[in-house]
Formats: sequence, C-alpha cells, structure tokens
Amino acid sequence: MSTHVPTPAGAQVATEPDAGPSAHPLPGAARPAPPRRRPVRRAPTTRVAGLVLRTPYWIFTGSLAVIFLFPLVWTAVSSVSPQAGTNQTDGWGVGNYRTLADYQAGIWQYLANSAFVSLTTVVLTLAISLLGGYAFARFSFPGRNILFLTTLAILMVPYATMLIPLYVLLNELNLQNSLIGVALVLTMFQLPFSTFMMRISFEAIPRELDEAALVDGCSSWAALWRVLLPAVKPGLITVGLFAFLTAWNDFMAPLILINDSDKLTLPLAVSNLRGQVQGVVDYGATEAGVVVLALPCIVLFLLLQRHYVRGFMSGAFKG
Amino acid sequence: MSVSMMSGRAGRSRRRSGPASPARRGQAVKGWLYVSPTAVFVAVLFVVPLLLVVRMSLSRWPLLTGDQGFNAPDNYTKVLDNRFFADSVVFTVKYTVLATVLLIALGLGLALLVQESSRWKGLLRASFLIPSALGLASASLLFYVLYSPIAGPAADLMANFGWTFLGSPNAALFSTVFLIVWRFAGFYMLLMLVGLQGIPSELYEAARIDGASRWQTFRRITLPLLRPTLALTTIMCVTGSLLAFEQFYILTKGGPDNSTITVVQLIYIMAFQGQNDLGVAAALSVIALIALVVINAVQLRAFHNPDEK
Repeated sequence: MSTHVPTPAGAQVATEPDAGPSAHPLPGAARPAPPRRRPVRRAPTTRVAGLVLRTPYWIFTGSLAVIFLFPLVWTAVSSVSPQAGTNQTDGWGVGNYRTLADYQAGIWQYLANSAFVSLTTVVLTLAISLLGGYAFARFSFPGRNILFLTTLAILMVPYATMLIPLYVLLNELNLQNSLIGVALVLTMFQLPFSTFMMRISFEAIPRELDEAALVDGCSSWAALWRVLLPAVKPGLITVGLFAFLTAWNDFMAPLILINDSDKLTLPLAVSNLRGQVQGVVDYGATEAGVVVLALPCIVLFLLLQRHYVRGFMSGAFKG
Repeated sequence: MSVSMMSGRAGRSRRRSGPASPARRGQAVKGWLYVSPTAVFVAVLFVVPLLLVVRMSLSRWPLLTGDQGFNAPDNYTKVLDNRFFADSVVFTVKYTVLATVLLIALGLGLALLVQESSRWKGLLRASFLIPSALGLASASLLFYVLYSPIAGPAADLMANFGWTFLGSPNAALFSTVFLIVWRFAGFYMLLMLVGLQGIPSELYEAARIDGASRWQTFRRITLPLLRPTLALTTIMCVTGSLLAFEQFYILTKGGPDNSTITVVQLIYIMAFQGQNDLGVAAALSVIALIALVVINAVQLRAFHNPDEK
C-alpha cells in the first residue's frame, strides 16, 4: 500500500524545502540551521501610486480575513450576550456558561475526561516516537524498513473503517468504555506523523555528536537523554502539539468506544447538550461549549504557530 | 508512503558489509529495544484490527452477541441491498468532488495571495489558519448555531425569505461544504505555500527577463512545478472528504430526508444504530478501504508526469 509522489521535484520538496534560494520565505517556519535567504526583489513603484492601486487589494484581502474570523468572533460574543430561550436572557453575562457547567455530569467532569485523554495521548505519543525515531535514525536492525513502512501505512487506512474492529478488540482487552482505550487508539493514529517527524529530527543531528558521547563511555540511552534530547526538542514540541490538537478535538473514537455518559469527552458532551432539554436546542449553551472547546486550541496555535508550520514543512504530510 | 524519501535516508545511513559482528548484533538488539513500543502499538492496534475487520466482514457478528461464525458473503450482499447504500455512495462522491475542487482552488489562490512576506500578509495567513486549529466537531457545532434559523446571525433574513441553510438537500450540501472550506482552506494554503517555496526563484527571474506575463508565468512555471504538491493535496482532500462523518453527523444528522448520509455515517448506523450488525458494518468498511486504495492508486497514476520516467 505504498503510495508516493513519483517525481524528483516531489522528493525535493519533501526532504529539502530549503533547496535553492527561495523567494517566498514562510516566516515562522524555523528548521534546524536554515540557510540565509536572499531578500525579495520588487519592481520599483512610487509610494502614492502604489497605495491608490492597492486599495481594491486591501478591501479584498481584508474582507477575506473577516470571513474567516467572523464565525469565531460572533460565537464568542453571542455566548455572553442576551438571547431568548437560554439562561442569559437579560443583559450580558455568563449564564450560558452556567448552563454548560451544570449539564449532566458537569463541565468539569467532561473537561477532566478530555484533559486526561489528551495528556495521555501526548505523553504516550512523545515517548513512543522519541524512542522509535531514535531507533529508526541511529540503529540498523532487521525489519527496520518494514516496520517503518507499516507505521506510515496507518495514514493510508481510513480512521473510520478501523474503529469497528478496534471496538471489538478493545472489548476483548477490557479497554472498551475506557478513556485509556481511547487514548491508546488516538496514540496509534498519531504514530505515522510523529515517528516520521522524530526520525527526521534525529537525522538532522550530526552523527559525530552522539558518537563522541559513545566514545566517552556513554551508553546509547545516556547519549539520547544527555546529548540528543535537547537537539530534538523542537521536533518534540511539534509532535506534542499535533497530538494534543487531535486528541482534544477527536469525536469519533469516544463516540464509538465510550458508553457511559459521565466518561464522555468534551466535544461529545457539547454535541449531546444540544437536543437534551425536551428537544429544544439551547443555542447559548452550545456557543459557550464551542468557546470552551476552541479556546485552548486557538491559544496553543497562536503560541506555537511556528511549530505548527514546521509540521507541514517537514514533509511528514507527504503521502 | 514516500519511497523517494526512504531511499534518500537509506542512502545516507551507514551500510556495513561482511558477516554479522557482535557489535552489529548489539546494534540490532538495542534498535529493537528502542523501537519495541512502536512495534507493539502498530501490531496490536493496527495490524490485528486490519485482519480482524476482514474476518468480521466474513462472519455473522451482531453487536451484542459477538462472533457467530462464518457466513460469507452474506454481509457483503446485505451491504449492497441496504436501501441507503447507493444513495450514500452517490452523495459522498458528489460531496467529495465539490469539496476537493473548491479547497484546492481556494488553497492555491490564498497561497498566491499571501506568498511574499510582509506584516499584512502575515496577519492574513494567521487569520486564514486559525480555523484549522479548531476540531472538525467544534467547527461543526459552531456552524450548527451559525446556520440556525432561531439563533444564527441570519435568522431574521431566513425568516423573511422562508429559506434555511439546512432545509433542502442542496442547501444542506452547500452549507456543509462552506463549513469545510472555512475549516480547511488555511490548511491547504499552508501546504501550497510549502510547494511554492520549492520552486527556484531563478525560474521566475528568467521568466520576467523574457517578458512573460503573470498568467504565462503561472501557467508555464508555477502550475507544472507545483504538480507534486497538487497531487498530494488532492489525494489528501479526496481521502478526507470520502471519509466525511462529523460534519454531517453534527450538522445535518443525515437529513433532510436522509439526503446527506455519507458512507462512513452508514457504517456507524449499521454498527450502532438500529441494525447493530458489526459484520455488515465491517463489510462496508472493507469495501470503503479497498475503494480508497484503488482511488488513490488511480489518482497517483493520473498525476504521474509522463515526461519523467
């Protein structure tokens, strides 16, 4: 099931996005030791003429940005503004968040469930891909290529079609209806991206670095912890960020694998919240739920934007 | 997966010849120790379920009682006889074509728009990208409210015109596609930007010296050299759209009139709603899996550049 984009240009983009001086740098796309870029040369235009000519451009791009930001801003604003049929009918306030807090097992329970699943997934993904990436980059062992290709093949197999057998399998392992089971499944689906990412992170480090440590009498384990770990930290942050965003937002795995309503994760709880009160949808509480769901993702994204972009630059999405 | 990258790596890694030395055996043991967690996860949670889904598709396997023995090919005929099967396939394909065309065109357009770096373009890039930080479920819930004829910002307008975003099959389809475009356009823009970055600037300079127009430059340099990226993004987009679930499960619940049931939704319905038949759901999973592999192979062939060997 090996697919690949069979052109030399594809390989170039995938492995060396820096090849050749590029006129279109992506700021924030930090990679190990990027070469100096040449400044962009522009055709000279006078300032005033440029401004007049570019007015339609400002209007066009400005309205595009508004289209992308409006749904988020509108939801955040209306979650605290008065609305008929919600807990917040008069004036501005956090009534909708109070509805959300009191929903069934309570928002704290669902937040805790989501946090547990997300953190377990992040920790497992980091640990497994750190060791796996180290092994794939630095050791030769029988079955290395087969195992690497099988790991990448996870990307080729649709998530949804795997959940039916996983439901049965986790049942056998007594991990069905368990948040640990959900975290294990989500970790497995993170492995192709994160193993690939960690492998290229280790391969970007000069071999001399850990060989020197080994000559000095370090074990390979000590070399990993003392010498290599600091060097692959950016890769780990990218892997952790993607694992968190995926696990926090995942909907299908808990939908299929969890039965008890107090074990649900936040996306499912908010989704269920809609039709619960005599079939009447509480839109205000739904808005509040969306804000609680989206806020950590947007904050993390803004803080770690360049690590997010690196995930794409790495070529790990090339299939 | 990227065989090109694999061979590049293999070429760089050390190749020792000669008989297995103790040092080399030590390497192999250590390598396996470090890789064993990966191996366990891949074997138990990927390879085993992959084999299991095939076995389930050939067995009678109700949700509550489990394996009742071999019954092939009953599950597959039941899938084909399902009254929603043909409609869901048609709908999924329709949705996939629409979403892919729009997302690829918009992703490329946005990438070209924000390609050079400036403060304003950095802001634009960030605002196009922010929706991709949201989960698909959160985005669907957000648009569920936004499209609502009661609480949405266009509620009064909808009341005046007697039209709703999710009221008719076509409106529901286009409204869902809009949600998907909103959520994913920035993501595809980013992939396109990476591709554009790989095009050597000398080519653009040469084109300018030769007096090529903007369109000619785009047509003759950008598009052909972006081919690998276009192939990647199209395959990703087609795969993702064919497996659409959350957006329809949350936004339309398959309605109106069961007009927006996708294949994955049908798998879910077969397994957990009503029929509770995991065998039939597994059979549809296997069909979807094979169809996807075939579709991706066809796409790779179509994108293969005949000028290259």
